[in-house]
Amino acid sequence: MRAYDRVRIARSANRPTGLSYINNIFTSFIEFHGDRRAKDDGAIVAGIASLSGMPVTVVAIEKGRTAAERTMRNFGAPSPEGYRKALRLMKEAEKFNRPVITFVDTSGAFCGIEAEERGEGEAIATNLMEMMDLNVPILSVLIGEGGSGGALGLAVADRVWMLENAVYSVISPEGCASILFKDSKKADEAAECLKLTAEDALNLNLIERIVKEDEIGTEEFFTNLGKEMKSEIEKIKNDKDFKEKRYRRFRAF
Amino acid sequence: MISFSIKPGNELEKEGRDNIPAPLDEIVCPNCHRTLKLSQIQPFRTCSCGYHFRIKARERAMLFFDDFQELFKDEKTEDVLSFPGYDEKLEKARKASGEDESVITGKAVIDGMTVAVFFMESLFMMGSMGRVTGEKITKLFEYATTERLPVIGFTASGGARMQEGLISLMQMAKVSGAVKKHSNAGLLYIAVLTDPTTGGVTASFAMEGDIILSEPGAMIGFAGKRVIEQTTKKELPKGFQRAEFLLKCGFVDKIVHRKDLKYTLTQILALHGEKDR
Repeated sequence: MRAYDRVRIARSANRPTGLSYINNIFTSFIEFHGDRRAKDDGAIVAGIASLSGMPVTVVAIEKGRTAAERTMRNFGAPSPEGYRKALRLMKEAEKFNRPVITFVDTSGAFCGIEAEERGEGEAIATNLMEMMDLNVPILSVLIGEGGSGGALGLAVADRVWMLENAVYSVISPEGCASILFKDSKKADEAAECLKLTAEDALNLNLIERIVKEDEIGTEEFFTNLGKEMKSEIEKIKNDKDFKEKRYRRFRAF
Repeated sequence: MISFSIKPGNELEKEGRDNIPAPLDEIVCPNCHRTLKLSQIQPFRTCSCGYHFRIKARERAMLFFDDFQELFKDEKTEDVLSFPGYDEKLEKARKASGEDESVITGKAVIDGMTVAVFFMESLFMMGSMGRVTGEKITKLFEYATTERLPVIGFTASGGARMQEGLISLMQMAKVSGAVKKHSNAGLLYIAVLTDPTTGGVTASFAMEGDIILSEPGAMIGFAGKRVIEQTTKKELPKGFQRAEFLLKCGFVDKIVHRKDLKYTLTQILALHGEKDR
């Protein structure tokens, strides 16, 4: 399969979105809204939930399914307020010693006038710093598109997993093609160059695990993923040096 | 004598500033359009109208610091992903800038105070952030944490370096981790944003300073102007993503003219107790 075929699958409207993971893996999810600064960003859904009895904080980027949802979710392109909401709730998780799970699926942070005015760069930068220092385990799962800084802003974690057909890239293949080949139609070629598949990321030691997609969307898929997440978080919890190891994990790149 | 560098063509701005075929001893100010003798813009490379020309990393080291000792220069940039054309690009960048990477790092003295410093070089692939860029800045912050030194960092970057793919992206997190450790140790980090500071550098260490200064007129932003125009189909406000705009939005502490920068840095350091160490 070509890298760009994965990109197409990762972007497919039929894939489970962030909310599918929240609704199918956790129980008692309570969504919390707002960054307590300016607004509530629809592109990011966050709250607390139970993962088979373990209280966790969940943060997910949601793209939406219907046209109305997609507009409300801004197509999964988070604004600064989204990153700030996520951070506020991650700090709350830290206070109550609750692990954090993030589901990442974005073509990138929102490229808008308001986003710039309210500090998209600053919001992501602050998340990178604070997530690196958060005193509770963090597990990030890239479920679709991992678009550059907008994805990384929620993926500074002890473990980063990727769905088999998820992609993670510093620039969109189209953007890369228009710079590299002066032709955005050469995205297929650019996608190969960028090494953006889950397999590439695993080979570069950038992620710990690839989540198979044979059963994607089924009850079994979510049940198994939930079990694997819980046991991994327990492993991280039992390692008293996890935060230093998180630093080392990124330091190695 | 410091060599003069003409502002390079920049993907980020298409305002008719580039491609000015000036005689060697003359330059046209892109702001007030006057033709200036090079001697008229000395020593800070600024026009009397306030326009700041881009200057090289090493020129900054000489302009603002009394002594600069380079550290961590042995890191070698490699084409890890075998990206098409990357080796040639690197070669060109080395020639254009006279540097091996898009940042120089080291230790310097300013008004008797020792500080760790980094200067990004826009002539090296528009200051893009490759693995070695991130590694040198990370090492600098780790060094400063161990030696208990403040860090003063000059940013100038188009963002992540496409040719290094995800490895480039990860530098944002890597540097941020080192900045955080430095900060947790109670040490000062002053970021000085220069033209241009965008993308992954804005979304990491440019915005992580305790104090964030900027040169007048510097373009600072996360997303590129064209991308924003394409996404929103709106006309961008005047002065959008310029330092003055960032100041108004609340993301820059102070805009400082190059002629005043050394004094301002000295004052900030002194008020953070660096004189008494």
